[in-house]
Amino acid sequence: MGDLYLIFKNITRKKLRLTLTLFATFIAFMIYGVMTSFQSALDAGVELSADDRLVVVNKINFTQPLPIAYVNRIKPIEGVAGTSHLSWFGGYYQEPQNFMPMFAVEQDTLLEVYNEIVIPEEQKQAWLQNRQGLLVGEKAAQNFGWKVGDRVPVSSNIYSRKSGGQTWDFDIEAIYKGSDPKFDTSGVYFHFKYFDEARTFGQNTIGFIAVRTTDSKLNEQVIAAIDDQFANSPFETETVPEKAFNKAFIEQIGNIGLIITFVVLAAFFIILVIVGNSMALAIRERTNEIAVMKTLGFKSGRIFIMVLGESLLISFMGGGLGLLIASGLTAGISENIPQLPPLIIDQPIVLESIGFMLLLGLVTGIIPAISALRLNIVTALSR
Amino acid sequence: MTEGTTNTTDENLFQLTNVNKRFTKGRESITIFDDLNMSIKKGEFLAIMGPSGSGKTTLLNMLGGVDQPTNGEVWFDGARIDKLSENGLAKWRAANIGFIFQFYNLMPMLSAARNVELPLLLTNLGKKRRKQSIDAALELVGLKDRAGHKPKEMSGGQQQRVAVARAIVSDPKMLLCDEPTGDLDRATADEILTMLQELNREYGKTIVMVTHDPEAAKYATKTVHLDKGEFVEKGSV
Ligand SMILES: Nc1ncnc2c1ncn2[C@@H]1O[C@H](COP(=O)(O)OP(=O)(O)OP(=O)(O)O)[C@@H](O)[C@H]1O
Ligand SMILES: [Mg+2]
Repeated sequence: MGDLYLIFKNITRKKLRLTLTLFATFIAFMIYGVMTSFQSALDAGVELSADDRLVVVNKINFTQPLPIAYVNRIKPIEGVAGTSHLSWFGGYYQEPQNFMPMFAVEQDTLLEVYNEIVIPEEQKQAWLQNRQGLLVGEKAAQNFGWKVGDRVPVSSNIYSRKSGGQTWDFDIEAIYKGSDPKFDTSGVYFHFKYFDEARTFGQNTIGFIAVRTTDSKLNEQVIAAIDDQFANSPFETETVPEKAFNKAFIEQIGNIGLIITFVVLAAFFIILVIVGNSMALAIRERTNEIAVMKTLGFKSGRIFIMVLGESLLISFMGGGLGLLIASGLTAGISENIPQLPPLIIDQPIVLESIGFMLLLGLVTGIIPAISALRLNIVTALSR
Repeated sequence: MTEGTTNTTDENLFQLTNVNKRFTKGRESITIFDDLNMSIKKGEFLAIMGPSGSGKTTLLNMLGGVDQPTNGEVWFDGARIDKLSENGLAKWRAANIGFIFQFYNLMPMLSAARNVELPLLLTNLGKKRRKQSIDAALELVGLKDRAGHKPKEMSGGQQQRVAVARAIVSDPKMLLCDEPTGDLDRATADEILTMLQELNREYGKTIVMVTHDPEAAKYATKTVHLDKGEFVEKGSV
């Protein structure tokens, strides 16, 4: 028998109370896990943005087109390492709810500008060579049950074909992974040439231009050079770092971060009260026993640590379980709601949670532990 | 009991010299002992009797190092203990004193064997040695077959026997008992008292026992009467 055994025996003596306390802690950490993974998934789009990538959009609104001729006028600007252009296709598979982030792209330059996209070499060559080839993210492929070699019809809610109909046929030539597990692989890309020749309107216009700079220190200078060049033209541009662009995009969904913080804080406050109260109660009930332990010769410091150990153990048991279930839940959510970015309980979330468990254990245990530390044998035993 | 001596001798295990004890609460202060002197010999089984409120528990607390005198000195086995720090006293108690309480004060969530093991957590004995000590202590109180039982599965007398086993498991020189039979019927009380007597006679434990029960005092080698903080003459056994 060691102190840990005593701690364990002490917390398990009231089974119902322990169950309720653990349950409260469990729920709080489960909410915390799911919410923060959601937040971190949203943030990932911003965090994973390359510092040396800029986005050139129409100044009026990023849904307005730009002339394709701009690409060649941007390329020679000093500090520009590469460009590629992308156009939103509004693609969906079979049913409109199966929408996907699908872009018509300049296929030769896409992978230079977006080096997070990782494709096996032979698939890459096959995709580059087939005008109707489709480059599909791992998650999108998994989602629609696609594999290399499939021929799939994809509809657009924007573009019709000159030959009639809104359904476009593609050959799946390549499936890409992200260089980082958080990189969203729900995107789908196809050749701009195929798109531009077949669509009924909008020829020679594009959605936006992605620009890679030779050094992120030159961003400001390149931004100024691009926007100055097209100032006072019918298509004025607004160039922003990709990070800022993605951030603005996420903020359109509303300030989710604030809501998440609020929910998490509320959950923590509630368990703080519940666990704190049940700890205080437990120790008060054991005043006599603690006095006896001290009489036997247990030092106050050791008893202090044992009481704190109880609240820490409860916090880590409930919290650990909550986080475990949260990771199962997030995996389930990601699988069933493919429109969401990938939710992952990753190492930073785990470490942060451990920090919170520690904090919760200390905060709920400190007052009972101090009263146990200060407990006077004579007065406690003469009650 | 001898009075007026200021030094411990080889024979004296305990020596209280000019002990004063006051409890102060706010402006009020009550004096429990004023200039108390007493000594307890090695191997003695001393019964302390006296009316309620006469200071028996307070005296026992000072002997056991859970309370300290306001003035005066407490000597144990040639060393002064009343100036020890809180932690120093805890260590001293663990090494020298076994406590037996009126209401047993066992840990309800622990089995008899685990309860007996508690004081051994304060030693650096290995697992095997601990097990031997626990077995021996439970054997001595006749509860070896109850090792796995929780306190609430045992009678009062059995619980007090577990408490006796807990008090002796780390082999202290001294046992301090505050009304150890106060909650037991006559027959059970006699069993416990016989056990204490045996510990005193055969194992050489020095015992101080507070009791209200004259029958219990008969088991002691010596009885003193405390009244209003002073020892009074009454025929001792
Ligand atoms: N912590 C304390 N604060 C104030 N007064 C106290 C305290 N402890 C004891 N007293 C007082 O000291 C006196 C002696 O108390 P003590 O408990 O030693 O008596 P006792 O002889 O053990 O009595 P009993 O037979 O009822 O157990 C009592 O008047 C009691 O009220
Ligand atoms: Mg008393």
